[in-house]
Amino acid sequence: MYHREKSIQIKNSASSLYNNLSVQRIAPRRLTYFTVVHANVVNMVSASWDGLNYSHRQLQSKEPNVATSTSLIMQAAFCVLPSRDLLVVTSQKGIQMYESDGSIMVYWHALDTPETPTAQAVFARGISAVWQNYICVGVSSGSILVFDIPTKGSNITLSEVLEEHKDPITDLASECSGSQECIADLVSADDVGNICVWKSGEEFQLLNKISGFDMTCSSVKLWKGTVVAGYGTGQIRIYEAVTGILHAEINAHARWIYSLDIAPFSGLLLSAAEDSLVRVWHLTLTPETNSVEVAHLHNECVTDTQICGAKFCDGDGYAFAVTGYDLSEIIRYTQT
Amino acid sequence: MNDIVGTMFNKSFMDELLKPQQLYSHRTLKTVLTRIAHASIMRLNPASMDRLYELMIMAFKYQVFLCPRPKDLLLISYNHIDTIRELVKETPVALNQVEEAHRKIIEVYTSLSEGEFQLLRQTLLIFLQDSHIRVSLFMKNKVQNPNGRFVLSTSGPVPHGIEVPGLIRMFDDKGKEVTRSEFPTGGSYTSPIREGSFELHGDRVIRLGLNMYTVNHPEETHTSKAAPVKADDTPNLLAKEELNQLARLMGSMKSESTPKSEPGFRINLFTTDEEEEEEEARTAGGAGEPLFGVINIQAMQDEQFATQLAQIAGQFADEGEQSDNPGSSSNKGDDLLDMMDQL
Repeated sequence: MYHREKSIQIKNSASSLYNNLSVQRIAPRRLTYFTVVHANVVNMVSASWDGLNYSHRQLQSKEPNVATSTSLIMQAAFCVLPSRDLLVVTSQKGIQMYESDGSIMVYWHALDTPETPTAQAVFARGISAVWQNYICVGVSSGSILVFDIPTKGSNITLSEVLEEHKDPITDLASECSGSQECIADLVSADDVGNICVWKSGEEFQLLNKISGFDMTCSSVKLWKGTVVAGYGTGQIRIYEAVTGILHAEINAHARWIYSLDIAPFSGLLLSAAEDSLVRVWHLTLTPETNSVEVAHLHNECVTDTQICGAKFCDGDGYAFAVTGYDLSEIIRYTQT
Repeated sequence: MNDIVGTMFNKSFMDELLKPQQLYSHRTLKTVLTRIAHASIMRLNPASMDRLYELMIMAFKYQVFLCPRPKDLLLISYNHIDTIRELVKETPVALNQVEEAHRKIIEVYTSLSEGEFQLLRQTLLIFLQDSHIRVSLFMKNKVQNPNGRFVLSTSGPVPHGIEVPGLIRMFDDKGKEVTRSEFPTGGSYTSPIREGSFELHGDRVIRLGLNMYTVNHPEETHTSKAAPVKADDTPNLLAKEELNQLARLMGSMKSESTPKSEPGFRINLFTTDEEEEEEEARTAGGAGEPLFGVINIQAMQDEQFATQLAQIAGQFADEGEQSDNPGSSSNKGDDLLDMMDQL
């Protein structure tokens, strides 16, 4: 169904972090941006669609004032809003927001880090653009910071802090189908597998909480009112967002799942894990019977590699890209 | 042996290690391990120490990378501790130190969640990233490829607590299972074996962390670089903080008086003295990448101790933030040098 294409070389190897690949298609310029995190650096590559031009950029994590401490980056993700695109980088020190080509940093939010090191690590992780003008970022305390993003400029403000999770946030995702009818806008997941479903607004509203089973939910997606969640047990679970009804459970991988992605126009689902496998599935939603069907379509094995990021490169799922721990390339696959 | 174990499991040293702190750099870790190696009458020259460090890093990386579940990092550590305990069982003082340290580790780590262990493992993997040194023992056992990467199997038992892949279950809106189907996994996975014990004593089940050298005569271990390792010579602003940390660690390490007059036990990690001198000249001049070094591990446990320390040192790595020292004086470097002279 898919075949491997020429890889894109990156300046450093990928670190072992959940969801360690972000992709943004810039159709007007026939380019695709990719970001991969390596320790305290974000590697950005801009690849032209004709495969002839690649340009690289590196963004460093910001350490305010103190030059003597490092700040590991936990995640980097593109946030696409109607009016503008931003690249958000979360680290042990705080949250940086850049113009999506990485050229200028437009906002910095510092986390409260303790004076002396504590047993609980402090960091930000989990990034999602939500609805018209919000970007949400998760924190290790379990809080979710909601930032209000103006249509242009750097007057970004912290609008609200959502306190529902008690454990570090792992991933955030917003409704990606583009449908206006969905009630739920945002889903959040944490280290013990709890999932919260939210409606955005001036004040975000908690619609539902799906309890975990003491196992990390490392990656989560929201599509047509359906939550797709990947766990450290290698399982994928598919829930109805607002009611929490479990539609399907897949024993998908033999190791920790690190990344999920959905191609919203086709309903293709991508899962990738530390077991070196990437799997492609197809989701069919039947609203009349309130059922979800899952079919397995394809496997790709990236030999001897613990995969840490996998994303579709387009809304149909025609192509996808993969990163792995210690690998200095972005591997690409396209449909045959 | 007892000297090394005694130093490594020294109570204040252990207490210092168990404090939440940031990940060490390779330079700091190597210095600490060198110090421990020299706690006995054994002496390693810099080139040999470099080789030994590379071997330790790759063994450590192998264990962390292939660790089946994040919390199995503890079982691997307990394998190390069990073996050390066996080695010093005739020496009550050292044995007691090991027991105490083991108890403390159980106390600190048992309550961590799987998510926290995974974060810990991810941080260790960052430290170990980009090391692809080939170890002949690993290659002989087919666990490492010629390109320096470890083999990841897609067959065998799944870790405890994980379901064998292959099943899709679908439910109706009442929660009743309506269909189940199978999909091809591309691997051949089997059911998990029993879980190891996290207690002070018990069968750990997992094989990682056990002695790699299966026979009790010296093994020759070659290490070689698969690809050039770029040396980062840029001045590191972190160095001051690291030296502070190092000072704290060294301050709490028991200082054994080593009689400087005796030549002591000299380990030659090269086949001839000439080769050794040649190697030293090469690396001292910073001329290029070191060549192959043959390590005759006479006392095979040494590597394991050092790996164990690296494991333990690394385990506390990601806990919390590094403290700022607003009142730090500019003489910290001098203080450290003075202290090291006294040790």
